[in-house]
Amino acid sequence: MKNRKAEEFIGFIILRICIGFVLLALLIILFDIVKKGLGVISWEFLTAMPRNGMTEGGIFPAIVGTFFVTVITAILSIPLGMGCAIYLNEYARKGKITRLIRMSIRNLSGVPSIVYGLFGVVLFVQLMRLDTSILSAGLTLGLMTLPWTITASEEALKNVPQSYRDGALAVGATKWQAIRTNVLPYAIPGMLTGTILGLSRAAGETAPILFTGAAFYIPFLPKSLSDQFMALPYHLYIMATQHHAIEKVRPIAYGTALVLIVLIFCMNFFAILARYKLRKVKVE
Amino acid sequence: MQISMVNRKRNSWISNSVKEKLIHGFFFINGIISVFVLIGIFALLVFTSFPAFSEINMKEFLFGLEWNPTSYVKEVYGIVPMLVSTLMVTLGALIMAIPLGVGTAAYLSDVARPSTREIAKPIIEILAGIPSVVIGFLGIVLVGPIIAKIFGTHNGLNALNGSILLAVMALPTIISISEDALNNVPNSYNQASLALGATKWQTVIKVKIPAALSGIIAACMLGMGRAIGETMTVLMATGCAPAMPESILGPVRTLTSSIAIELGEVAYNTTHYYALFALGLVLFIITFLVNMTSDIILHKYEKVNR
Repeated sequence: MKNRKAEEFIGFIILRICIGFVLLALLIILFDIVKKGLGVISWEFLTAMPRNGMTEGGIFPAIVGTFFVTVITAILSIPLGMGCAIYLNEYARKGKITRLIRMSIRNLSGVPSIVYGLFGVVLFVQLMRLDTSILSAGLTLGLMTLPWTITASEEALKNVPQSYRDGALAVGATKWQAIRTNVLPYAIPGMLTGTILGLSRAAGETAPILFTGAAFYIPFLPKSLSDQFMALPYHLYIMATQHHAIEKVRPIAYGTALVLIVLIFCMNFFAILARYKLRKVKVE
Repeated sequence: MQISMVNRKRNSWISNSVKEKLIHGFFFINGIISVFVLIGIFALLVFTSFPAFSEINMKEFLFGLEWNPTSYVKEVYGIVPMLVSTLMVTLGALIMAIPLGVGTAAYLSDVARPSTREIAKPIIEILAGIPSVVIGFLGIVLVGPIIAKIFGTHNGLNALNGSILLAVMALPTIISISEDALNNVPNSYNQASLALGATKWQTVIKVKIPAALSGIIAACMLGMGRAIGETMTVLMATGCAPAMPESILGPVRTLTSSIAIELGEVAYNTTHYYALFALGLVLFIITFLVNMTSDIILHKYEKVNR
C-alpha cells in the first residue's frame, strides 16, 4: 500500500514538472522580451519613422502596415467564415458534401503558412495582377484565417439552444427569419470572439506576407491598398537577421517584439474576456 | 399581426420560398468555398511546379543529395538534404514536446484542481498566440548563445535550436487536444478503476491514457504537422546551410526555410522559381498526409466513444 502511495506521489510530481516546464518556457519568453524591450518603448518609438538606415527612430509605419493588413484580412475572412459556419450549422444536412466541406476546413487549417504565401504569390500577385501590395498580403492572410473563423463561428452557433430556433419556426417564421432574429443575435458576440483570436494570429504571421507585399523599408506611410507596406512581424525578422548592423539594432528588435506581443495579447485578452463574460451571462 | 404578415407576403416582389432558397444557396456557396480554396491551393502548386520538370529529372529531384540552383557549373535540384533536415528538426521537437505535452494534459485533466485549470488553460492559450517570428528571434538571442556555451559550437544556430523552438510551438496543440481526449474518456472507466482499489496515478497511466491513446496520437500528429510547416522559427534559428545535415549540432535548412530564403531572390518564371513551387507541393503533400491521418484517427475515436 505504501509503495503505491509513493509511486503516486512521484508520478504526480513528474506531471507537475511537465506543466512547470511549459509555464517556465512561457515565463522565460515573456520575461526576456519585456525586460529588454521595455526600455526601448517611448512615444517616439511608437510614432516616428525609422531613421539612419533603420538604426534609430521608431516603428510607426510597421504598426500602421500591420493595422491595414489586418483590416483587409478581417474584411475577407469574417463574412466568408461566418457564412460558411451558418451553412454548416444551420443548413447543412449530413451527407457527402458536408463531410467534404468539413474535411477541407480541417485540412486548410493544417496547410503551412509558407504554402499560403506561395498561393498568394501566384493567385493575387500574378494572376489577379494586384502586385505586391497590402491587398495581396491581406487577402492571403484572409484565406489563411478562414478555417479558424469558421470553426470559432460554428462553435458559437452550436451554443445557441435548439429551442430558440424551434420557437421561431413554431410561430411561422421561415428558416432565415428564425436564424436572423433568434440565432444570430445570440451567436454574434461569440463569433466575434473567435474571429478576433484568429485575426490576432494573422497579425503576427510573417511567412505569408514575405512575398506578397511586405517591404524591407519604406520611409512613408502607405497611401493606398496597392502600396507595399512595412509590418511588425516582418520588421522584427529584418531587424533580427537581415540588417547590416545586427548588434546595433538589437534593442529596436526587442522593442518591435514587445509591441507585437502586446498588440496580440490585447486582442487575445479582449476576446477571452468577452468569452468569459458571455459564458457567465448564459449560466445565470 | 397575422394580417400584416399576409399583406407583406403579397406585396413583396419575390415569394418567401424563393427568397429562402436564394438565402440557402448563398450560404451553400459560402460553405463550398473552403473546398475550392483547398483544391485551388493544390492545383496552383501543381500547375506552377509542373514546368520545373521539363528541365529537372523527377528522379534527381526526389532522390538527389544536393540542392544548388545557383551553381555556375550545373544547377542541381535534389531535395533529400531538406527532407532530412525537416525530419531531423521535427523529430527532435517531438521527442521534447510529446512527453511534456501529454504530461501537462494529464495533469490538467486529472490532477489539477478546477481553479488551477481555469488559470493554466488561458496561459497555455497565450503560449499558442506568440508569433513564430518572436520565437525565432528568441532562438537567436536566447537559446542560441546557451547552446553555443554548453556544446562549445561557434554559434548556436543549428538543428537542436530549431527543435527546441518547434517543441515550444507544438506544445499548445498537443496539450489542448490530448486534454480533450482525456476528458472524453467516459467517467465510468475512472470510477471502475478507483473502485477496484487503483490509485489515481495508476488510473491515469493504466486506464485513462490507454483509453485516450488514439486521441493523444492524433494530437501529436497535429503538433507534428505544425512543426513540419513552421517557417519563421526554423528560418531564423537553424543556420540554414543548404548541405546535407551532419549532426544535430550542425546547421540545417528545412523545406520551409529554403522556400522563404530563395523565393525572395529568384526571378519569376524561371526553372528555379518553378522548383521552389515544387518544394511547396512536396510540403503540402506531406502536411496533408499527416493531417489526414490524424483526422482519420480522431474521427474513428469519436465514433467509438459515442
